[in-house]
Amino acid sequence: MRELVEQALREGYFQGIPPEFVYAGAMLLTAFAVLSFFVAPLAGVTSWLERRVWARMQSRVGPNRVGPQGILQWLADGIKNLLKEDLIPAAADRRLFTMAPYVVFVGFLATFVVIPFGSQFIVADLNIGILYILAVTSLVVVGILMAGWSSNNKWSLLGGMRSAAQIVSYEIPAGLSVLTIILVTGTMSMQGIIKAQGWAPWDWLVFYNPFTFIAFFLYFTSALAEGNRTPFDIPEAESELVAGYVTEYSGMRFLFFFFAEWGNLYVIGAVAATLFLGGWQIPPVTDHPLLKGILEFAVFFLKAYFWVFVAMWVRGTLPRVRVDQLMALCWKYLVPLSFICLVGTAAWVLVWPQGNRAASIAMFLLGVAILIRFSLRVGYQIRHARPELYLKPYI
Amino acid sequence: MKYIKNIAETVATIFEGMAITFSHFVRRPITIQYPDRIEKPVQETLPLRYRGILEVDMDICTGCLACERVCPILCITIGIDMDKQTKQRTFGHFDIDICKCMYCGLCAEACPTGSIRHSQEFEGASYNPAGLVRHFVKEPVPLYKPKKGGETDPTMAQKVEIGLKYLDEFATPDKAGGAAAEEG
Repeated sequence: MRELVEQALREGYFQGIPPEFVYAGAMLLTAFAVLSFFVAPLAGVTSWLERRVWARMQSRVGPNRVGPQGILQWLADGIKNLLKEDLIPAAADRRLFTMAPYVVFVGFLATFVVIPFGSQFIVADLNIGILYILAVTSLVVVGILMAGWSSNNKWSLLGGMRSAAQIVSYEIPAGLSVLTIILVTGTMSMQGIIKAQGWAPWDWLVFYNPFTFIAFFLYFTSALAEGNRTPFDIPEAESELVAGYVTEYSGMRFLFFFFAEWGNLYVIGAVAATLFLGGWQIPPVTDHPLLKGILEFAVFFLKAYFWVFVAMWVRGTLPRVRVDQLMALCWKYLVPLSFICLVGTAAWVLVWPQGNRAASIAMFLLGVAILIRFSLRVGYQIRHARPELYLKPYI
Repeated sequence: MKYIKNIAETVATIFEGMAITFSHFVRRPITIQYPDRIEKPVQETLPLRYRGILEVDMDICTGCLACERVCPILCITIGIDMDKQTKQRTFGHFDIDICKCMYCGLCAEACPTGSIRHSQEFEGASYNPAGLVRHFVKEPVPLYKPKKGGETDPTMAQKVEIGLKYLDEFATPDKAGGAAAEEG
């Protein structure tokens, strides 16, 4: 992109315009393209998939009327929300109220800068990549607090405060689990972390040692809490707080919050895939640069999206925790455990600086054993279903 | 010790719960997608004794007015005209106001030929209350007179049989036990 703009400038296409303006225009165009052709459909399809998956786990059908299997439902919802009236309560702080959705949205969208979709396909490979993600996602809290405060509504304020308390608490286990990985790789660059892993599962950092294995689940739990996802969705707990910090929002501003939430889900999956699951690493099957890029993108996308599915699945399984339970879980369990993981990995790196291959393979086999045990349990549940069931994937 | 037990229990129960929800994920939903995505209309799957909207088979109605008299909310109105010359009695109108009907089934019980009966129809939506009044007489029709020794006309015989069958169903004979026995 940058080369293209520079070439256009050299060839004199934008005579008389200051080059800064040209760069800014190019950036705006790119942002627009990314937003409308990747992020919006991604968040939209995620919202549709979430409703479908959740419905199926409750023996319902879910939205299946708009387009094949209802896949265009998000478009219908988006258009509906665009056409709705944009209400601002009379007692609200107008400036903060109108700004809050964009702050939340920017906080989530800025993470896409460092997400490595492929070995060549990354906006900016910052040398502090993962730190950058932890930092900009904190902007979401600011937006949520702004929304909660400016709505001038008790539910909104409670939701905003809960969200702040939750994210401040869960940043610690998330940060410590990320630190565990940084200890192993010695770099914070997203591409550097992926390059420290291999395509084979036993080369992934999740199976590096028992501590990173635990750290992975700690990270995922804390990331769910940071993304305000069930079972940690107390900021918008619909049974207690109407809709929490989005209570007073309507129309497109309302949609922006959910846009950010569903997009954030993908970011969680992408970070999990980058840090622990080998990112875009593929077996050396082809040398063709374009084909390789597409394969890498597909592998990364699938790995990230699998964890989006798991987040939906968790949402369909677990009930919401209480506020005190949420804090107890974080401070009494996740923080000590993540410290143990950090110290354990530090010791591990001291003893085996190049990693322990046998331990990695043992951890990989443990993971496979857990998966087998899981599928056996699923099989047991299916066999004991009443009345007899029909295994048909679509309806 | 309780600390470690808590962790173990959390992991075990979440594992089990995720297995249960996943097993539901691969099952077919039990939702019936009324009205357009079902194999056959719901009306066809309803039992014979389902109390849907009332219907009247005017060909076997004797004009005894038993249903009009027994109706607790007077939703049935019947008009019978007498032709002065031929002494032939005909139905002027036979209207049932579905707005008022409470589906008690007393009229169907009282009918001697089973001509008034509950159908399997239940979709009663209408744009105005007047549309909910069912008119069963389009043009004056003569009353039905039961013949001694059974019906001879085959098409009429068929209709009489349907009516009597419905009466049998509704009467809940002693040996069948009836609704009371079914519900315990």
